[in-house]
Amino acid sequence: MTNKTNADKKSLVANALGQGLEWVDARFPLSSNIKAHLTEYYAPKNFNFWYFFGSLSLLVLVLQILTGIFLTMHYKPDAMLAFASVEYIMRDVPWGWLIRYMHSTGASMFFVVVYLHMFRGIIYGSYRTPRELIWLFGVGIFLCLMGEAFFGYLLPWGQMSYWGAQVIVNLFSAIPFVGPDVSEWLRGDYLVSDATLNRFFAFHVIALPFVLVGLVVAHIIALHEVGSNNPDGIEIKKLKDKKTGIPLDGIPFHPYYTVKDIVGVVVFLMVFSTIIFFAPEMGGYFLEANNFVPANPLVTPAHIAPVWYFTPYYSILRAVPPFPGVGFLGIPPSLFPGVAAMGLSVLVFALLPWLDKSPVKSIRYRGRLYKQWLAAFVVSFIVLGYLGTEPSNVWGQFGPWLGNAERATVVARIFMLVYFAFFILMPWYSKKDKTLAVPERVTG
Amino acid sequence: MKNTIKLGLSVLSLFSALLFAQHALANTAVHLDKAPIDASNHESLQRGARTFVNNCLNCHSANYMRYNRLQAIGLSEKQIKDNLLFAGEKVGDTMKVAINPEEAKKWFGVAPPDLSVEVRARGADWVYSYMRAFYRDETSTTGWGNCVFDPVSCKVSMPHVLYQLQGEQIMNHETHQLELAKPGKLAPAEYDALVGDLTNFLAFMAEPAKQQRNHLGWIVLLFLAVLLVLAYKLKKAYWKDIH
Repeated sequence: MTNKTNADKKSLVANALGQGLEWVDARFPLSSNIKAHLTEYYAPKNFNFWYFFGSLSLLVLVLQILTGIFLTMHYKPDAMLAFASVEYIMRDVPWGWLIRYMHSTGASMFFVVVYLHMFRGIIYGSYRTPRELIWLFGVGIFLCLMGEAFFGYLLPWGQMSYWGAQVIVNLFSAIPFVGPDVSEWLRGDYLVSDATLNRFFAFHVIALPFVLVGLVVAHIIALHEVGSNNPDGIEIKKLKDKKTGIPLDGIPFHPYYTVKDIVGVVVFLMVFSTIIFFAPEMGGYFLEANNFVPANPLVTPAHIAPVWYFTPYYSILRAVPPFPGVGFLGIPPSLFPGVAAMGLSVLVFALLPWLDKSPVKSIRYRGRLYKQWLAAFVVSFIVLGYLGTEPSNVWGQFGPWLGNAERATVVARIFMLVYFAFFILMPWYSKKDKTLAVPERVTG
Repeated sequence: MKNTIKLGLSVLSLFSALLFAQHALANTAVHLDKAPIDASNHESLQRGARTFVNNCLNCHSANYMRYNRLQAIGLSEKQIKDNLLFAGEKVGDTMKVAINPEEAKKWFGVAPPDLSVEVRARGADWVYSYMRAFYRDETSTTGWGNCVFDPVSCKVSMPHVLYQLQGEQIMNHETHQLELAKPGKLAPAEYDALVGDLTNFLAFMAEPAKQQRNHLGWIVLLFLAVLLVLAYKLKKAYWKDIH
């Protein structure tokens, strides 16, 4: 008796829900979108470890936006109040310390997951035809993220915030002809000041998040249009079930990858929580000690280093010798070559789809030549990253036989050449590389 | 070609390793003593709070620290009012000082910095070493030198406020060691303990939520560990047909 009534109730609820859904579907493509992007979006069944970092990037984006909203409620974008308002959040706002640490740790972890996501794209050739636009949107997201991190880093108004912004904005003044005007326009003043803080706040909380979210949507729409790549670099759409039209190696994203990604999310949250609760400064790599000193335009810190995620490019900036100038033509010395090389070291990622001439996509079927170049690139990225955190005299100097050159600068120059060679020589070595035969179907 | 690249890479890595080793040897930063930090030792924190309020909080403010936050180290509101508030402050006020920064700058050459987050900026070991490294230097304006503050010049703007407790040290310029020339009210070990308590308190003040943070961390990790097992089983259950 009771069972029957329960069943009746259930079907009543189901009916009501069904009717509600019909009502919505007649006015908005809800069911069809859920199908297209989740329940009938067929992803290759052989995604491995590397495929967690896309959904994790999305998770961190959402975390940054949510924690950012709550920080904005208590933060004061005013040079006189900013530093104190951050400490107010850390002490007097209920759970403010947790929200702030989530946001500051989230910034670094965003780069961790995005770098791993990009590395995945590189090793499995996810940027190759027909996914060039996904990759380009991705490079756009990466640039946007760098902007977000840079503008956001000024907001705590500590010494590193202040002098980091000063150094980076000054880089723009090295651009020939328009440079000084551009950097003044960015700052809104002759030096980093309250005006700069206000506009960086606007960029950080409104302008760039809009662009970022827009690019993420475009990234995912493009992905779902062409379908996901996989560790074998095989197009699963080539082999479909003749009756259903479903790729033989494809499985619906939901529920298979949603339940799988939850596992990745939990593991990520364990790492994330360990940092937040036990080492939020990460030994000075996520929160720098000098940033607990309020910004002081009159005291330049002895050593100004960007946060770790910018250091490979910063190393390249420092490694390039300045243009000495041509006296008799009236061309002054310039730091522009370094600035240009730094910009290029980031933008060059966008060219990958056209630099890679290999007949195969995935590293699984590439030869040793490519693997060696990739290893050299990874090593140079890490060495440049390390050197960027240290002063350029960290390893002392060579003797007079090398003109007393700074050792770290010479090493940075060598690895910078390897970094760029990985890209510039790719058309040659990716074609020359002895590749293996790619199977018809995906492997485990 | 392959071999050339391989050779090049190994030469490069060997090269960097050598340089790195040399750097480690050549590193001659000032030696810092390990500060006895124990956030769970309320007695030490309370002694440190007393030393801080009595000696430091005349020139140095702690503008982000509220007096009533001292309840976290085991003091009652009444104890705070009776022992630590001298000038009509409210228990919910932050630790402000009456010193005028501009005048202070005239007196010392630099306004005494706010100490709320000093340990986060300098590190506890630095504070612990700094407060024990003052020595008589007649050439400096205050009569004191301190090589922890500035390893190159050994100059410091702050006079040695606790010299009556520690006594007066002098620098032996041959051994570069500090020697106690005139004993103070406290024995050296007692003075070290006093500075240890003070540093412990400054470390607490730099991040009052730290203990709560560490405690909560274990609960969160435990929750996530359970969730991980469930999530993994859910994944296995859904994926049993795939392969």
